[in-house]
Amino acid sequence: MERIPILKMGKFLLITIQIEMDDRVALQLQEDLAAQIEKTAARGVLLDISALEMVDSFIGRMIGNISATAQILGARTVVVGMQPAVAITLVELGLSMARVKTALNVERGMAMLTASEASEDGSDRE
Amino acid sequence: MAATGSRSLPLTSEQDIVLARQAIRRAAQQIGFGIVDQTKIVTAASELTRNALLYGGGGTLEWDVVAENGRQGLRLTVIDHGPGIEDLTLAMKDGYTTGTGLGMGLPGAKRLVNEFKISSGPGAGTTVVVTRWK
Repeated sequence: MERIPILKMGKFLLITIQIEMDDRVALQLQEDLAAQIEKTAARGVLLDISALEMVDSFIGRMIGNISATAQILGARTVVVGMQPAVAITLVELGLSMARVKTALNVERGMAMLTASEASEDGSDRE
Repeated sequence: MAATGSRSLPLTSEQDIVLARQAIRRAAQQIGFGIVDQTKIVTAASELTRNALLYGGGGTLEWDVVAENGRQGLRLTVIDHGPGIEDLTLAMKDGYTTGTGLGMGLPGAKRLVNEFKISSGPGAGTTVVVTRWK
């Protein structure tokens, strides 16, 4: 089975989804990411979905679960690069992804993570 | 409504959902759907084929290019021979599920297409026919 690679970049993990996601790959990614956050003590996760041509309710839920799981393990998740047609379709489908932090692209997502890290340094950790 | 060149794909495993999405993407591109229309019909196909697998134990996806009053559309028919749906009104409600899903599949897919027909009954399986016009 194909697996989605998880790359470590300093305090953050970067996931770029570049394959057509079937349900098993999506579930495997959730498990792999939780394990990697624990192993690396990552403070943030950047999930790049710019290559995804479709997000249905299953993949949408997977993204929400990844974000929630990472949060519990002490890492913020920013979902970046959603194609406009995917965003339009997702909202019409009924998934607003209101609880998921998003950014237009990897650069802005990285800036969000870095900024939230900086604001936490010097203040008490959550 | 004239239909030409019906094609079909069996739905027996989760991998078939991916194949269904790819086939419907190609069909939508071939008749010149824009990117938003493509994404909507592909997403509807993904929801409906997953439902057929999860709740109907598998089935078939058929698709046709249809024409009416000079416009073209893509019609999908998803058939399963599972236990059927007892209460269709309930099944069409947002957030209702008998399984572990979000309960988004049927009502969500309906919002992504222009025409939506469902027929089902206990022991009779479920057939969903949806059309998106260009």
